[in-house]
Amino acid sequence: MTLTKRIIPCLDVDKGRVVKGIKFVNLRDAGDPVEQALEYERQGADEIVFLDITASSDNRETMLEIVRKTAYELSIPFTVGGGIRSYADVRRVLMAGADKVSLNTAAVKNPKLITEGAEIFGSQCIVVAIDAKRVGCEEPRWEVYTHGGRVATGIDAVAWAVKAEEMGAGEILLTSMDFDGSKDGYDVELTRRVSESVNIPVIASGGAGNPAHIYEALTAGKADAALAASIFHYAEFTVGEVKEYLLERGVPVRTVRGAVRSCKNAV
Amino acid sequence: MKVAVLDLGMGNLLSIRRGLERAGAEVVVAQSNGEAACADALVLPGVGAFRDGIRALRERFGEATDAACQGKIPILGICLGMQLLFTRSYEGGEHHGLGVIRGDVVKLPPTVKVPHMGWNSIKVLREGELTRGIGDGEYFYFVHSYYCLPAEGSVTIAATEYGSTFPAVVEKGAVFGTQFHPEKSGSAGGAVIRNFLEAVKR
Repeated sequence: MTLTKRIIPCLDVDKGRVVKGIKFVNLRDAGDPVEQALEYERQGADEIVFLDITASSDNRETMLEIVRKTAYELSIPFTVGGGIRSYADVRRVLMAGADKVSLNTAAVKNPKLITEGAEIFGSQCIVVAIDAKRVGCEEPRWEVYTHGGRVATGIDAVAWAVKAEEMGAGEILLTSMDFDGSKDGYDVELTRRVSESVNIPVIASGGAGNPAHIYEALTAGKADAALAASIFHYAEFTVGEVKEYLLERGVPVRTVRGAVRSCKNAV
Repeated sequence: MKVAVLDLGMGNLLSIRRGLERAGAEVVVAQSNGEAACADALVLPGVGAFRDGIRALRERFGEATDAACQGKIPILGICLGMQLLFTRSYEGGEHHGLGVIRGDVVKLPPTVKVPHMGWNSIKVLREGELTRGIGDGEYFYFVHSYYCLPAEGSVTIAATEYGSTFPAVVEKGAVFGTQFHPEKSGSAGGAVIRNFLEAVKR
């Protein structure tokens, strides 16, 4: 009996449709979020993350409708992030059926939001998402960025992760802005630094191009879970294939009968 | 079959409702004793803190839970719902639970990251209703920071391990509990919910 490492496909959602940004531009449309989430569940995904990248807040109701539909259909946990600015937003998304919310910019601006959410809904519902970018070259440091990676805060990413835990976060979703979309692998050093500094689970994000990258993040990077988008989304690998790769190398993951299936046959 | 999910006002009950419906139950999300009274079984869902949970349970569902404690109506407690079945909890002080299963609810050791969040496998220790057809090593989704320490080991049908070994499934007569969330545990969780409904029929 071992707590397994989680594999978490991420779906970027814009105006109710799934897209995946490569380096935050070049969006490619690829379908219905609920259908996508169900396919990932069948493949053996452990959780799903929806990231609402819709720029305006006019589409808030569209996202809530997706949350309701997903909660109705899916029988694994899912997280919703993007555009959650206030306690009222946290409440709306959780009451619509999401298991967790992910706070990014709003948590930096108002860390009390973490505490407020955790006290009422429990720490396990509150994920703090950190977008981090390398600064300096001799002693590596990482700076927290907000507003979808557009605004530098001057805050140290490791210190912010520690503070987020103190404020009541149940999990850290750590994205390397340098590696996101590169498919060159996760920022293993950043992931390890944060994982070793906090006592809550860390989800590595940004840079997965193949199963070996995920293996690195979960072993050398000491992450508890790995989030990836494009390698699953464009059917380069199924979740089942990634898990098979990890199992062969001794990483504990949950297997689902009949889930390992090559994409090459499916496409 | 009609199942009443007891609404403690502490979160969204859509997932558990759907889980029960998929397994063939007619579900009523009950706000009061009256709504729970005509059900064939009760489900005590599980999110939030112990103190708030037991307070809401006593205020809204005193009669319903009395009936369950006396074995008159089957009850399934999930996660915090299972912990509420025990004698007392040390979450945020010391609080009395329903006490239908003797034992304490204590915090996970500091040697592991808390909460215990994610998929863990179970070991089936003895024959039970909820684990029919479910083998050793099946994975379920857990989210909790406290765990149950039963006074009598015989109530533990299946266990899991995270920092300590503790019950994943408990049964005592018509009282059932799972520390994991069957409604979030994919097809294996669906099987546990179906087993509960089958047990209610018998």
